[in-house]
Amino acid sequence: MQRIFSRPQALTGVPFHYCPGCPHGIVHRLVAECLDEQGVRERAVGIAPVGCAVFAYNYFNCDMIQAAHGRAPAVATGVKRSRPDAVVFTYQGDGDLAAIGTAEIIHAATRGERITVVFINNAIYGMTGGQMAPTTLVGQETTTTPRGRDASYHGHPVRIPEMLALLDGAAYVARVSVHAPGHVNRARRALRRAFEVQLSNQGFSLVEVVSSCPTNWGMTPVEALRWVEQHMLPYYRLGEFKVPGHGEA
Amino acid sequence: MKGNEAIAEAAIRAGCRFYAGYPITPQNELCEYMARRMPEAGGTFIQSESEIAAINMVYGAGSAGARAMTSSSSPGISLKQEGISYLAGAEVPGVIVNMVRGGPGLGSIQPAQSDYFQATRGGGHGDYRTIVLGPGGIQEAVELTMLAFDLADRYRNPVVVLGDGMMGQMMEPVRFPEGPPPSLSPKPWATTGTPGRDRPNIINSLYIEAEACERHNQHLLQKYREMELREVRYELVDPEAEYFLVAYGTSSRICRAAMARAVADGLRVGMVRPITLWPFPRAAIERVVGRARAFLTVEMSAGQMVEDVRLAVEGRRPVYFFGRTGGAVPTPQEVMDCLKMIREGRGGEW
Repeated sequence: MQRIFSRPQALTGVPFHYCPGCPHGIVHRLVAECLDEQGVRERAVGIAPVGCAVFAYNYFNCDMIQAAHGRAPAVATGVKRSRPDAVVFTYQGDGDLAAIGTAEIIHAATRGERITVVFINNAIYGMTGGQMAPTTLVGQETTTTPRGRDASYHGHPVRIPEMLALLDGAAYVARVSVHAPGHVNRARRALRRAFEVQLSNQGFSLVEVVSSCPTNWGMTPVEALRWVEQHMLPYYRLGEFKVPGHGEA
Repeated sequence: MKGNEAIAEAAIRAGCRFYAGYPITPQNELCEYMARRMPEAGGTFIQSESEIAAINMVYGAGSAGARAMTSSSSPGISLKQEGISYLAGAEVPGVIVNMVRGGPGLGSIQPAQSDYFQATRGGGHGDYRTIVLGPGGIQEAVELTMLAFDLADRYRNPVVVLGDGMMGQMMEPVRFPEGPPPSLSPKPWATTGTPGRDRPNIINSLYIEAEACERHNQHLLQKYREMELREVRYELVDPEAEYFLVAYGTSSRICRAAMARAVADGLRVGMVRPITLWPFPRAAIERVVGRARAFLTVEMSAGQMVEDVRLAVEGRRPVYFFGRTGGAVPTPQEVMDCLKMIREGRGGEW
């Protein structure tokens, strides 16, 4: 019998701990497929964040480092500069990357570190139980915005790829979504491109994945995907914001 | 050579090939020296965006098997504590140089020893220890910096070189050891990519279950006990003396000058000079406590190491303290005056 579908080599067999309907599993798989396709699993060093994906080091079948909250890009910098042949990626959530780790991500990008950042934006703090994230939408209810996020009181949601695309050191910056099969394929292509940019030594690459959090949003998985499409995508515009050789899109 | 530069050169000669740091007075020459020399040595210099980023870069480089270092001064070291705790928790080697200045807060830019508690008690969160080396001069700073890398690798633990602004800024002749840089032992635990290995390496300090985290703490504790057994270093000057000064780093130099004056006053004064501040050399105190009339601890702080001295003396003899704070440096005369008061029974509280 011909095998047409199997677990990527770059994933271990450890069952994911994620909540039902959480897209982390999809994105883990996409990243693993990229490492397999490009034949770099043995050269890969992944950096796990603090947050829901903290156990990523159990799931990726490559060398892994667990970093402090927000510091993954700095840790990745230390690895990449010491081992330029390593294929280094960070996997970070919105609290990790866009709040406590804002300085690290901006400066890793502006230095043009040859690393690939996978940024999961589900507009809420997952692991700590549903508090406001920097990416929480205006009007969105969380445990720390019980009456909805009020821009005049809580500030505005932050758009990371648009910010990073302005930086000269950033070579590839894109935003994708995994709420529907066609989008999953586009996300795979963006991630592949991000790793290619690293492998061809062109600079920093980041892919934001607009994601959902059924548990903390208080929705069924299907409702959550619909909410992504109806509420998140109008604010978080999908696309490639910067590609090598084309400057800012 | 200037202290800061000598430490930087010593690090490179010890095989350090990754340095990340953020400028802060009075250790800037270290950073600047690394910027010049590291590329020549085939290593990496990064001026990081913050002290926090710098120590986390060291965490990454150390995880990937490189000999890695960062340096700073007091307020910057406070920021690095997050990363130092992670290095300790994940058992990643790294060297941290602290050229201490007056505090708390922004304090002054003058030399101080007021980070002793922070350095020797772990400093960051959690039950951990770092080996802390307190050089008494530039030559020793060179030797201890090189030793720091060996100890960091041997124990897979962060090691702190605790100098001060004076040590960083003053110049003394130094001799570097002859010969090629050390050939480093392999680090099979490092995250270098998996070729030749059937299982990935994971660098991690998360143990979500209490029992697992306690087991990890017990393992670390075992390591710290081994350090206490093997790594104690100190200098004992005139073990036959009546009175003993206890001082490290810059204050030990002031005490040496005071000792010279004491002879003229008919006082026989010796000195216990801790070189490892953690593990603290209780053995040195033990060697002299039987015959000593009293101890006088001299620090550029409000009294931090004196607590370790009292713990070692265990009430068997009086332990007096003299210190200046905020970047003020004690003078040999002040130390002499204290000794005379102690001899005359006017030593005040102990």
